[in-house]
Amino acid sequence: MTQEKKTLSIWYFIGLLILVYGILILGAGLGELSSPSPVVMTELHVGIWWGALLIVIGLVYVYFFRPGRQR
Amino acid sequence: MFALLLFQANTTRLIRLNWVDTLIIAIYFAAVLAVGFYLKERTHTGEDFFLAGREMTAWIAGLGFLSANLGALELMGWAAAAYQYGILAAHWYWIGAIPAMLFLALVMMPFYYISKTHSVPGYLKLRFGEPSRALSAITFAFMTVLMSGINMYSMALVMRVVLGWDINFSIWVSSLTVAVYVTLGGLRSAIFNEVLQFMLIWLGALLIPILGLKEAGGWSGLQQRIAANMGSSDYTHLWSTLGSFKDNPMGIHWTGIVLGLGWVISFGYWTTDFLVVQRVLTAKDLRSAKLAPIIGAGFKMLVPFIVILPGLLGLALLPEKLTGEAAAVATNGHSYNEVLPLMLARYFSPGLLGLGITALIAGFMSGMAGNVTAFSTVWTYDIYRALFRKNATDQHYVTMGRWCTILGVLVSIGTAYLVMQFLSIMDYVQALFSFFIAPLFGTVLLGMLWKRATPAGGFWGLLLGTLSSIGMWAWGKIDPSALSILALSPNAKDMAENMYRALWSWLVCVVVTVTVSLMTKPLPDAQLEGLVYGCTKMPLEEAVPWFQRPAFWAIVIAVGFVILNVVFW
Repeated sequence: MTQEKKTLSIWYFIGLLILVYGILILGAGLGELSSPSPVVMTELHVGIWWGALLIVIGLVYVYFFRPGRQR
Repeated sequence: MFALLLFQANTTRLIRLNWVDTLIIAIYFAAVLAVGFYLKERTHTGEDFFLAGREMTAWIAGLGFLSANLGALELMGWAAAAYQYGILAAHWYWIGAIPAMLFLALVMMPFYYISKTHSVPGYLKLRFGEPSRALSAITFAFMTVLMSGINMYSMALVMRVVLGWDINFSIWVSSLTVAVYVTLGGLRSAIFNEVLQFMLIWLGALLIPILGLKEAGGWSGLQQRIAANMGSSDYTHLWSTLGSFKDNPMGIHWTGIVLGLGWVISFGYWTTDFLVVQRVLTAKDLRSAKLAPIIGAGFKMLVPFIVILPGLLGLALLPEKLTGEAAAVATNGHSYNEVLPLMLARYFSPGLLGLGITALIAGFMSGMAGNVTAFSTVWTYDIYRALFRKNATDQHYVTMGRWCTILGVLVSIGTAYLVMQFLSIMDYVQALFSFFIAPLFGTVLLGMLWKRATPAGGFWGLLLGTLSSIGMWAWGKIDPSALSILALSPNAKDMAENMYRALWSWLVCVVVTVTVSLMTKPLPDAQLEGLVYGCTKMPLEEAVPWFQRPAFWAIVIAVGFVILNVVFW
């Protein structure tokens, strides 16, 4: 979608989706602190750091591929 | 309503989703539909609808190229194969893909691209004439929708076992979503969603190998656990057990892997199956078209880390022993096919589980969109326009393409229900699809590289190659002892038969094409310009630095490929 000026970049769209997913997964991970699920290695709190990683990736994509930015 | 349907009860589910997981899945469906609606306004001409305007960057075309192949069944099926056969399953990702993808990029892509064809059957029309195109287009269209239906049914079955979802719900919701976004935005919408799906597949599946390796104690810990569980170290070696049919879990010899898989099946699939080639044809220029398969090859080389490794981790870490489908039903246990969902359930807490399931659904939808867009293009250009209505307006063909998309999805759904009634169809259709790939590769390869190949040679080679493959398969069905003759060993197993059958049918195609060509009148060179090596003036490469050239990146990928094979020897 980078070819047409008026078209949003697919990477921007992907960034938004990953950002939303990151927030939801981080939130669910924080909720797990009080009532952990019966999964293996629950003490690693994977939901928290994976959610945080998705937020960072999402923000990077949204920033660099936002509408109107010169590429 | 969505959540209600999603949670439709089934008592024997493997995984239970909570509201966050359901929300993540619902957002995914909304996102792919939004892409379709957004792109509808940008899809007007046939070039827009069937070839995404031929304006994709190398990255988008390359990720679409790979994603169309990375269906959910590919993910779950190969994880299951890794549990069953060990790391040998990685051959399908490395020698069974990388050399062919690089060959497509550097040798074949220029001809597809310069000829400005809409499809692989379209190239056959230009090179060998209408009969070859008709044979190839009709078999491809027929098989594509059948395969799409079978994949749909298999996916719905997995969703029922894993999540307890109603089988009708899975079939209709997933396929109608694909139908809506492809009908609206055509190939551009399919490709953009494939890129999105590609990202989700990686983000959803990558945690399994990370956590699994941590639990197993790294690669060496994994090897030790598998050796202890299976009483053999054969499961973690890629080549060292292939000296004899008896020494490896797959019952195959290295010649079958190298010649059958690495040469004929792999080159046939990656260079002539229009489902994947169509994505590369959308590239904005020749350099992007050459780079796209190379980018795809780079990621393909890494896919075993999210597919094969989870299967091996299942073999090392799961407390229960997985079995074949029939034994699993009889014992109320789990089958090989459930290894990936079992690993998801082992590590993923709420939220992550939603992402993991979304990755599986994304895989299914990208595979299905690939089938449907390829079907609609081949039907519209190579069957409808060629045989029924040659001179209609461009707008007429776009409308036909949109209707074909809906028709393709409906026929796929019909096939899914047919398979539900007659399960044995699955075995037959899977085999049928493989009949056409190997001979088609022989025909296209000779067409591109040998200017003496004639239209009659191309047609008869393709037809007899296909018939010989069907004949060998039927022989094996009627007389199971034929396996030892076809695969050259009494110790060969089914997988080996597929490899050797492909090799023999390719050889039949090549021998027939060469023989008939030498007996018939060749086409003049002028008619072969842009179609055949030696008659085509290759466009000069853009003046770009060495590190932006396709050949440089092909060498990088080739070196990585060699290193991986040596490391896991």
